[in-house]
Parts: sequence; structure tokens; C-alpha cells
Amino acid sequence: MKGGLEHLTAPLVRGNPITLHILGICSALAVTTSLQTALTMSGALTVVLVLSSVAISSIRRHIPTAIRLIVQITIIASLVIVMDMILKAFFFEISKTLSIFVGLIVTNCMVLGRAEAFARQQPVWPSFLDALGNGLGYSLILVIVGSIRELFGTGGLMGYDVLPLAEDGGWFQPLRLMLLAPSAFFIMGFLVWLIRIWHPEQIETAEFQLQDTDRVGRS
Amino acid sequence: MAERNPIKRFFALPNDHLGKTLGFAFMVALVASVFVSVASVLLKPHYQAHLEAERQARMAEMMSLLPGMADLLAEAGVESLVVRLLDLSTGQFAEGVDAAGYDQRAAARDPATSMVLPPVADVAGIKQRANLAPVYMLRRGRALELLVLPVRGVGYQSMLYAYLALKPDGNTIAGLTVYEHGETPGIGARVEDPAWRALWPGKELTDDSGEILIEVVRGKAVGPHQVDGISGATRTGNGVSTMLRFWLGEYGFGPFLARLKAGEDLQ
Repeated sequence: MKGGLEHLTAPLVRGNPITLHILGICSALAVTTSLQTALTMSGALTVVLVLSSVAISSIRRHIPTAIRLIVQITIIASLVIVMDMILKAFFFEISKTLSIFVGLIVTNCMVLGRAEAFARQQPVWPSFLDALGNGLGYSLILVIVGSIRELFGTGGLMGYDVLPLAEDGGWFQPLRLMLLAPSAFFIMGFLVWLIRIWHPEQIETAEFQLQDTDRVGRS
Repeated sequence: MAERNPIKRFFALPNDHLGKTLGFAFMVALVASVFVSVASVLLKPHYQAHLEAERQARMAEMMSLLPGMADLLAEAGVESLVVRLLDLSTGQFAEGVDAAGYDQRAAARDPATSMVLPPVADVAGIKQRANLAPVYMLRRGRALELLVLPVRGVGYQSMLYAYLALKPDGNTIAGLTVYEHGETPGIGARVEDPAWRALWPGKELTDDSGEILIEVVRGKAVGPHQVDGISGATRTGNGVSTMLRFWLGEYGFGPFLARLKAGEDLQ
């Protein structure tokens, strides 16, 4: 299908929902303390995003404008409830560590954002690709942040010891800060910075100039 | 061109038509609710199996955490943890009912095997209480070593299910473990924390006059009848307090504990 694939590839890095639109930050902070929870959350969000976009796109011609947000949220919420139940049924231990964040996918701006900005106006196939691309873009950031936090916060990755810990006779002193939410902000900030070096057109123009306080004081 | 098929005619209506808006909202709600309901029914057995495994793991964990319990179990063999069904209103063991196959939660829902609690007595907010309750007893020889009572009560936003383990005097707590709840993650859910559970052993339920004093207090606990609260989870703590007050009282295990304290031989 002509011209379809850019919907999939564009949101991966250049139009990444986290680094460009700064959406989905709450869950990205909360579930990235370990790679495993980041992966589970990524999978859950991607599936919900794809299914909701496809569902909304396929009925887009008939959604009454007056209640379109309610219809979209109903569809997304149903999918999230079912996803939460599937995780509880088959990934019980992981679902306990994800706790409320799977349920909060409903309020993730990304899902409603893609439904409202894309799936509501586009045919099913581009909507599917766009949702999958956005889901994978979100997943990419979560996996990067989750890997860095788990590796430097605990010295291990997915339950395997990678860096020998000082307390076990190795050399690595775990950075406890990595397990706290602020570290996710720092890492995401660095990622935004890196992507904007690569794509300088994303740099926003400053809304105001800082005044030189020395000069102001003297005049 | 008049369309004969009513379904096609409905979808051909303009999107801002009132009838279509209502009809469409109804259809979306119907499809979504059927979808969620079917998934719920299909997935429930899997989820229940996990909860059951969790419950047994918590019971085993509590047993292993109690001082000397592991040795005792190893010495006596696991068989010695016997389950007996208790008639709560009399405090006597119920005969002729299979304890292993008894489902206390199902019994509490069935009017034939439960009682509706008078609102004044229902401090734990459980509304209906099964007539029979299982008690787990660990013995060394004939002497009772440990008594485990299943309890439940409303916390902040969910039902708390817990095991209360008592020393043979029927007054000293050997452990309390909440094995199922839906409290706020990170706040009320900390009733599960090993550090908080470690506050319970050694606390006492009643004073010398027999009045139930055990409670979770806000802040620091003073004396043998108080347990530190969890900061931010006052209502979960209150729920634990009222849960214990109910289950130790006359509608709970009160009559049975009275027999135990009177030194009756509970075989």
C-alpha cells in the first residue's frame, strides 16, 4: 500500500510521542524502574492503542460528533479493563508490580490523542500503522529508560547480574537515585536533547528572553 | 430514495441526528459491556487460581516467620496443622461437616448458612457472616501451640482478608498477615509490608478485664495493645482495628476464645 509505512516509522524517533509530544510521561516514570515492568507496560499500551485505533477508525463515519469523546473513551476503557484482566490472569506477579498503571492507560493522553488526532479521520490501515508506530515509539523510550534505570540502579537486568555489586565483592556501587522517579526525568531529558540534536527543527523558539540582571541593575 | 432495510436506514441518518446519536451510544455501550463481561467470565478462573495460590503462600509464609515455627513443623510433620470448623455462635466445633471442602465466602453469601449482622454489631462492615468458620490449630502432642483464625473487614476501599495467629493463651498475637485486599497501592497496600507485619507479634488483644483493646493507632504505638499506623493510610489502619474488634467479639471468635481462656480442652 503506497505511502503507508511512514505512518509506522515516523513516530518511532522523529515524531516520538514521549520525546516530541511529551505524552504518557506519568506511566513512563512509574513503570520504568525495571526492564520487565517497562516491557509489560509497553506491550499492554501498544495492544490497547492498536485495537482502539482500529475500532475507532472502522466506525469513524458514524460516530456522532456530539458524543465522540465519550464513544472513544468507552472503547478505550473497555479494552483497558480486558487488558488488565488478561495481565492478572496470566502475568499475576508482574501485574501486581504494575498495580494501577495498566488501569491508568485509559487516561494516557497518547491513546485518546491518537484516536482524536488520527484514527477519527483516517482509514483503518493507516490508523493501524500509526497506532502501532506510536506504541512502538513509546515502547522504545520505556525500554531505554527502563534498561538504564534497572542496570545502574540495581546492577542487574531482567534478573541477571550484569555489573558485580560492591557488597558482593565487585566494584559497582548501585545508584539508588536511578530507582527514584526523578532519574526518569533526567534520562528522558537527555533523550529529548539527543533527538533534538539530530532533528534541530524540533527545537522550540524561546517564548521570552531572559534579561541580563547585571545590566538591568546598573541602568 | 427510500431505503427499505431499517439498519441501513439508521446508518444513513446524518451523524448529528438525535435518534442516531442515542442509538449509536446504546450500541457502543452494549458491545463494550458484552466484550468486558465475556472476558471477565472467561478469565476469572485463572485469576482465582492465582489468588488461592497467594493465600496459601501467605499462610505458609506466616508460619515460617513465626519464631520456632519451622522447627515445630519439621518436628511434628505438616499433618499436625488441623482444620476444624467452628460454630461461631456457640464456640463449639461443628461436627459432620467436611472442613477441607468448606468455602467460607460462599457460605457467607448464602442466607441458609449465614446470618445478617445487626448494624450495631457490624463494626467491620461485612454485613453477612457465615455461621461456620474454619480455625487452624497446630499442636505439639496434645498441647495447642498455635491458633490461626481467618478474619475479614472493610478497609479504606476494599475488603481486607487476613489470618490472625494467636498463642495458646488466646490473647497474645503471634502474627497477622493480610493476604488479599484492594487498597491504594503504595499507601494502604503497605499492610502487606513485612516491616509492618513484624510489628504484630507479641501484641495483646485484651486487658485483664477481657476488654478488646488491640488497635492500629495514628503514629507511634504505646503499650502492648497498640500497633503503629501506616502514614497516609489511617482508614486502612482503622479497618484493621475494626476487623479485629469484630472477629474477637461475640459475633466472631469471642465465644470460642472464651472457652480457650477458661482452659477447656479443645479437642
